[in-house]
Amino acid sequence: MKHTWAMAIDLDRCTGCGACVVACNAENNIPVIGEAEAGKNRLMHWIRVNRYWEGEYPEAQAVYLPIPCMQCERAPCELVCPVYATYHNEDGLNAMVYNRCIGTRYCANNCPYSVRVFNWYDYKWEKPLDEQLSPDLTVRSRGVMEKCTFCIQRIRRAKETAAEEGREIRDGEVVPACVQTCPPGAMLFGDLADPHSEITRKLKDPRRFRLMEHLGTEPRVVYLKRQKGAGR
Amino acid sequence: MSAEAPRADDHHLAKTDETAMFERLSRSNLVTTWKWYLGVGVAGAVLLWGLIVFLYMAMVGMGVTGYNKPVFWGLYEASLVFWIGLSHSGTLISAILRLTHATWRAPVLRGAEAMTAFTLMVGGLIPIVHLGRNWRVYYALPYPSSRELWPNMRSPLMWDAMAITTYLIGSLTFLYVGMIPDLALLRDKSAGGRRKFYSALSLGFRGTHAQWRRYHVASTLFAILIIPIAVSVHSIVSWDFAMAKVPGWHSTIFAPYFVVGAIFSGIAGVVIVMAILRKAFRLESVLTPLHFDNLGKLLCTMTLLWGYFYFTEFLTVWYNRNPEEWEVFSSYAGPYLPLFLTMIVCNFVIPFPMLCLKRVRRSISLILVPAISIVIGMYAERLLIVIPSLARRNDPFIWANYFPTWVEFSVMAGAAAMFVLLYMLFAKFFPIMAISDIKERLFHTADRTIGGTTVESIAQVEGEEEAHA
Repeated sequence: MKHTWAMAIDLDRCTGCGACVVACNAENNIPVIGEAEAGKNRLMHWIRVNRYWEGEYPEAQAVYLPIPCMQCERAPCELVCPVYATYHNEDGLNAMVYNRCIGTRYCANNCPYSVRVFNWYDYKWEKPLDEQLSPDLTVRSRGVMEKCTFCIQRIRRAKETAAEEGREIRDGEVVPACVQTCPPGAMLFGDLADPHSEITRKLKDPRRFRLMEHLGTEPRVVYLKRQKGAGR
Repeated sequence: MSAEAPRADDHHLAKTDETAMFERLSRSNLVTTWKWYLGVGVAGAVLLWGLIVFLYMAMVGMGVTGYNKPVFWGLYEASLVFWIGLSHSGTLISAILRLTHATWRAPVLRGAEAMTAFTLMVGGLIPIVHLGRNWRVYYALPYPSSRELWPNMRSPLMWDAMAITTYLIGSLTFLYVGMIPDLALLRDKSAGGRRKFYSALSLGFRGTHAQWRRYHVASTLFAILIIPIAVSVHSIVSWDFAMAKVPGWHSTIFAPYFVVGAIFSGIAGVVIVMAILRKAFRLESVLTPLHFDNLGKLLCTMTLLWGYFYFTEFLTVWYNRNPEEWEVFSSYAGPYLPLFLTMIVCNFVIPFPMLCLKRVRRSISLILVPAISIVIGMYAERLLIVIPSLARRNDPFIWANYFPTWVEFSVMAGAAAMFVLLYMLFAKFFPIMAISDIKERLFHTADRTIGGTTVESIAQVEGEEEAHA
């Protein structure tokens, strides 16, 4: 069966706590680069929480916008890679082949959401941190691009389990690390190809919008708009 | 045509002392001074340093550079555009001037063509230098891999690689074919190992009528074929940027704008190289103020064209105030103000009024001022195209500035040294002056003897007076 994986992020619920960033780091073997490198704008996070300010002090209010890879249907990054290191896989996700990447960084330039990150060094996991590395995915070497995969290892595992048990993947069976962790439950993941899935219902919400829709990238991440008013 | 006082019979072909002329034009091949060794030594040392730093960067990672997110491209990519741009001089001067029968080009063409070839060699290496995994560059080659993987021909980087290699092969062939008669001349005038070297390279050229005819057909054909390649190369280099979804890059004007900029910086480069050649190899009698005057007029035209292109690009964004693009342009008044001012002053404010004056164009030391300022200004322009657009991407949350570290500076200094080294070696072993073309021009203007009388040639060598003055 063909899947149309999608993510919904409810900005009304997002508190900007950053738990998704931490969960993603732990799940996807993302290096922790330290203060000095972070100061050089080289954070390796696959999901970031943008913080903007609305209004003037004292009425200023922080607005949070978590940004993972949008898994664009018409992805600008795939077009410009000279070696097909990033490509559209059978589930419609933008997959990344680390072994094929030669590090032109063109995909990162062409990503309007700037979600792609580059391995500036061969990062080390000091003992005992190496014990927490996930065997499900590669530790990337220096000089390759990487980005959010919608936790493709979890999708693969769910597919295998379902195949073993001779059934389809159930709604809610695949949960990426960020979605699993989100304390206020602002994030939702699911299959749009399944008409009865929770995400299909959720995305009928009139608050829905997609980031920089005018660019025609057709993102798979859909946001639900923050509402204004008393108590918010 | 000689540096000495003019003699009355200078125009008589039979009286032209061929050996003396050959020695005068081939000084670079015949005399080796300590300065040449010093130059090669210094250039070689800087190149070696650049290589060591490049290896260090490849072993440790791109983190040693100043690159960050979102500025994934910077000094390397700007330098790539700059070097490829410099290469456009040779094509223009040789090919276009050949087709338009501008005979004054003869002493300039070989030096300009060599510049094309070597700047392309340097520029063509930068795409490999800037890779995160340089040792895997062969993935981008269309070779029959066992996994049946093919490069992605939709990527502008692939077009770029193909365009640059085509242009490099084309310009090397153009340079070589044009050099054959001169190599034959060197063969006739040399002995021993050098004679063997030039014999092999001159491909048995003996100067028969049939050979000359084929030579002329071949060089005209090459001249016609290389012009579209030159135009396409810089268009494609511009598409590396213009095809991207990056505000400030994504612009339809980029292709012609880059071509104009390339020719602009290319001619400025030729002026500098010619002034150095003239001084180093004592070519004052051949490279006359006339040549600098003509190159100066071309430069003046290109200054105006460049200014016009820049103005139109800026005007549309300024008027439209599309916020994404306007943020990029606003940063020109912020952290990129020094670059912006350098570009405007060095590309237009200094060169335009200076190049309008005949006095400046005809003085070799004075014309060097606009030429050098244009090369600096165009480097600033390339940096200004590559960096601010990335530094002010769509999302203000990730905005960051970029400044290169000693690593990028060292590697790019190595690249410049590589060009100098290649050029010096070429000047030593190959005819840097197009001797046969100069002779041909001389022949056209020579007086003829018919019976007992001498008939004066009606063709005039342009700028003869200046040559003698």
